[in-house]
Amino acid sequence: MIKAVMVMNTQGKPRLTKFYEFLDFWCVVLCSRAENVSNFMEADSIFGPDSRLVYKHYATLYFVFVFDSSENELAMLDLIQVFVETLDKCFRNVCELDIVFNYSKLHTILDEIIFGGQVLETSSAEVMKARISLKLYRISYQNSFWLEE
Amino acid sequence: MDSLFQRSLDDIIKGLRHQQAGESAFVSKVLEEVRREIKSTDSHTKSTALQKLTYLHSICFVDMSWAAFHAIECISYPNFTHKKVGYLAISQSFQESTPVILLISNQLRKDLKSNVEVEVSLALECLSRIGNLDLCRDLTPEVFTLMASSRIPVRKKAIGVVLRLFGKYPDAVRVCFKRLVESLESSDSPPIVSAVIGVFCELASKDPKAYLPLAPEFYKILVDSRNNWVLIKVLKIFTKLAPLEPRLAKKIVEPICELMSKTGAKSLMFECIRTILTSLAEHESAVKLAAGRINELLIDEDPNLRYLGLHALAIVAPKHIWAVLENKEFVIKSLSDPDPNIKLESLRLVMEMVSESNVVEICRVLVNYATKSEPEFCNVILGSILSTCSNNVYEIIVDFDWYVSLLGEMSRIQHCQKGEEIENQLIDIGMRVQDVRPELVRVGRDLLMDPALLGNPFLHRILSAAAWLCGEYVEFIRNPVELMESLLQPRTSLLPPSVRAVYLESAFKALVFCLHSYLKSATSSDHSALGLSDPGVSSQSYDEFSGAHGENGEASGTTLIQENHITPDSVLHLLNLIDMAVGPLSGSYDVEIQERARNILGFTELIKPVLSDSLHPQDERHKQQVEASKMVRLLHDTFSDELGPVSMSAQGRVPVPDGLVLHENLADLEAVCGSSLPASSATISFEGSHNVEGATSIFISDQKEESEPSSESTSLLAEHRKRHGLYYLPSEKNTEHHEANNDYPPANELKSGVTVSNDAQDLAKLAEQSFLPKRKSKQVKARPVVVKLDEGDVLPISSKIPQAKDDSLSEAVRDVLLGNEADADTLTQKAAADSVIRKKGKEKLNAKEQEDDLDHMDSQSGTVQNPVKERSKRSSRKQNADEGDHGGDKGKQKRRHRHGKHRTREGVQNPPANVISQTPVPDLLL
Repeated sequence: MIKAVMVMNTQGKPRLTKFYEFLDFWCVVLCSRAENVSNFMEADSIFGPDSRLVYKHYATLYFVFVFDSSENELAMLDLIQVFVETLDKCFRNVCELDIVFNYSKLHTILDEIIFGGQVLETSSAEVMKARISLKLYRISYQNSFWLEE
Repeated sequence: MDSLFQRSLDDIIKGLRHQQAGESAFVSKVLEEVRREIKSTDSHTKSTALQKLTYLHSICFVDMSWAAFHAIECISYPNFTHKKVGYLAISQSFQESTPVILLISNQLRKDLKSNVEVEVSLALECLSRIGNLDLCRDLTPEVFTLMASSRIPVRKKAIGVVLRLFGKYPDAVRVCFKRLVESLESSDSPPIVSAVIGVFCELASKDPKAYLPLAPEFYKILVDSRNNWVLIKVLKIFTKLAPLEPRLAKKIVEPICELMSKTGAKSLMFECIRTILTSLAEHESAVKLAAGRINELLIDEDPNLRYLGLHALAIVAPKHIWAVLENKEFVIKSLSDPDPNIKLESLRLVMEMVSESNVVEICRVLVNYATKSEPEFCNVILGSILSTCSNNVYEIIVDFDWYVSLLGEMSRIQHCQKGEEIENQLIDIGMRVQDVRPELVRVGRDLLMDPALLGNPFLHRILSAAAWLCGEYVEFIRNPVELMESLLQPRTSLLPPSVRAVYLESAFKALVFCLHSYLKSATSSDHSALGLSDPGVSSQSYDEFSGAHGENGEASGTTLIQENHITPDSVLHLLNLIDMAVGPLSGSYDVEIQERARNILGFTELIKPVLSDSLHPQDERHKQQVEASKMVRLLHDTFSDELGPVSMSAQGRVPVPDGLVLHENLADLEAVCGSSLPASSATISFEGSHNVEGATSIFISDQKEESEPSSESTSLLAEHRKRHGLYYLPSEKNTEHHEANNDYPPANELKSGVTVSNDAQDLAKLAEQSFLPKRKSKQVKARPVVVKLDEGDVLPISSKIPQAKDDSLSEAVRDVLLGNEADADTLTQKAAADSVIRKKGKEKLNAKEQEDDLDHMDSQSGTVQNPVKERSKRSSRKQNADEGDHGGDKGKQKRRHRHGKHRTREGVQNPPANVISQTPVPDLLL
């Protein structure tokens, strides 16, 4: 089970927070960690027993997943990669600004990948497909909407 | 008009970015706007306001619970964009306790039934995030329908939401479980299998036993699947299942080993390793293979892999320590790795390697590392040394002298913050291990002597322990005068009052001891030194007195050479010292200090004239002098009575006297005491022993007021011991005492013969020791006796109370899998109908059936093509049959297993249930 997903920048500003279990907010100073060390942290003290945290650092952003023993550590690292790849495809060279301004898009993408704490999709192509169908629906809906008006 | 001037989310984000300092002012301004706009009747204005609020909630953590109803309004809008905003707001902000949550039930149902895929997805996502008991109960039928949807993304999500349904509403199992199991076999669409396996992995992690009957299905996926995500999850499931069924373990070990050696994905390889090490540790060859793969991880450049490699070693360590020992050098080297994870993990491994024979060597290495590393890790190292060494009443420590001096050394490490733990261990060892007391006192004295240590607040607890030890076991001190000086040194004003009180009490004990040995040596050897006019009388009376209280005298045969240092001058010096150092404290604001200081001063007041008189002899005063000796003797006896460790469960053994009403609600007690109540964490709390001291010192003050020493002091203590012997540790000195008069049975009678024999050993040991010459700590010697309590040495481990929810869930699963349908009252009507039908078309699946399943698995793995054929046969049959024949599905599934069995042992058995299961039953659900 994935317990939480967070994206924050290097100044500790949250850019996206999503908790699959209701948890108090926390802020771990990830920035104090050196660049070439492992990406896992034990998070029991913050998230309760059996919690692990994995983060990945991209430019000015930290992507943080919190999960428990039902997930594989390396797979979670891959999943962050999938998430970021998808964002990259979606925004063409994603940067912090894209993430700042596309709040709900981000949630939609994340919902395709992680559903109620479970990994449902691991291919960024599939996520893009889902996004496109959503867009199409929205366009068609709006067209019909205007026609009805 | 509203929407024309409304700020969009982008405007808010831009605005926030331009705020340098006054962000909160900006946020509250936006919130004000939002509060106004959200009341609008225009759907666009409302949803934009809600979107802004959700953003602020997620990024700035503002409260949005007040907008719950507006969010519900938004999801009912026909416009998809507005609906989406509403759903996002709900899933971000609703909790199970949100009062309006039930209002969304109808809208969710409507959206779940919608023809538009994205709307269904939204509703499912929302349900998976916020579903509570009521929502899950109401929407189970809709989710059940969606689980058979032809649209893969919808079906996938419906399966995902089942986990929430089961968790919140266990009866949903009776409705959905069958379809969930069926979905396991939809190998034509990998996303579905992935989703189902994810659900089963979560379910099995809570109660693996219930899912054992599904092992054949999981096995098939393990052998057939090529998707690493699915394989990882299946391995997770098998990790839970394998320990429950040895035959299963035997079955899966081979495919897992194959997977481990073939796969290129590190994540899958690591999962294989973990599965083998956790659940298949009995299979030596598999563990060997896994160890080989671990070695690959350890030499990898990626710190993540190195960390996980060490993590894997930590898993294997308890069962196969050889795997760790093989990598000993690497582990030790990793202690200085820049990566904190790797450091911690290797420290854990090092601690795993500790044994009786190498504990000295390893601790030496670790303490060296600790002195060199940064404060945080240094304390982690110290903490793990302390916990490992004290584990199971110092099981691995043979040479306690060494350990005690190690504790002393650790206290002096610059960053040491483990004061409390060291304090507890020092006192604990002092009470439990008689033989080590001289060394303890030496270490304690060294700590007390160093004025620099008083400045470090982390050490105060240790100093308190050192002071207590030196006071309690003062007979081992070479130079008590020197001890007194260090206990009363001016820098003790840096200590917190509680520790200072211990210092004073110890000083008191040391003083009594000095006077006692002074009087003793004076009376027994050279009386003229004291200038007594009638030495004979005094000496005689003193000896008499000793005789009377001989059995309570100082610890057997342990008095050392201390007498040499006590001269009349040093006594005078001591008394002056006390006047000077303790005098000012009699006005201290802290009651503990004040009381103890007054005790000491009162005592010296009483004793001083007598002593100084004794230096200038006068005939008529010698009687008074005898009194003084008596007094000193009395106090000395009081202090030299040994304190034993107290069992943690001692309190519980006190029978509640009749008529005593125990205050039921202690909440008001907490209000009175506040945070001043100490958190007792140690097995043996220092406070406990402290109280005993307190009791005696109070008594002493009483005695002073009477200003007439009597023999009551010892008799009262003895009385206490007699009354509450239950809570004292048995010690050889007082065993006769107990036997003589026992109102309460003494503690050792409650126990088995173990402690009794312990006592016997104790004595034998003691006798042996006295014959042996004293040896240096470095030499090999037998482990000293460590007093153990039968119970109460370890804090009772609170057994994990399983949640009722989980219980009912696994019960429901077991019911469905094993076919014992429970009463269907609680189910919705449809669900009830479903279960009734299934009852008809069902075979009993019992323990024997499980065996069959496992056998079946054998045959399946032997003939790989068969299951495929089977499935195609089955699906064609399914097509032929009525689409809604879900009631019979279970039967079919069972029959498939039967077929499998038939292939292997044809003609052995003819299952009669076969016929029943084939009866097609119309399903009312569809």
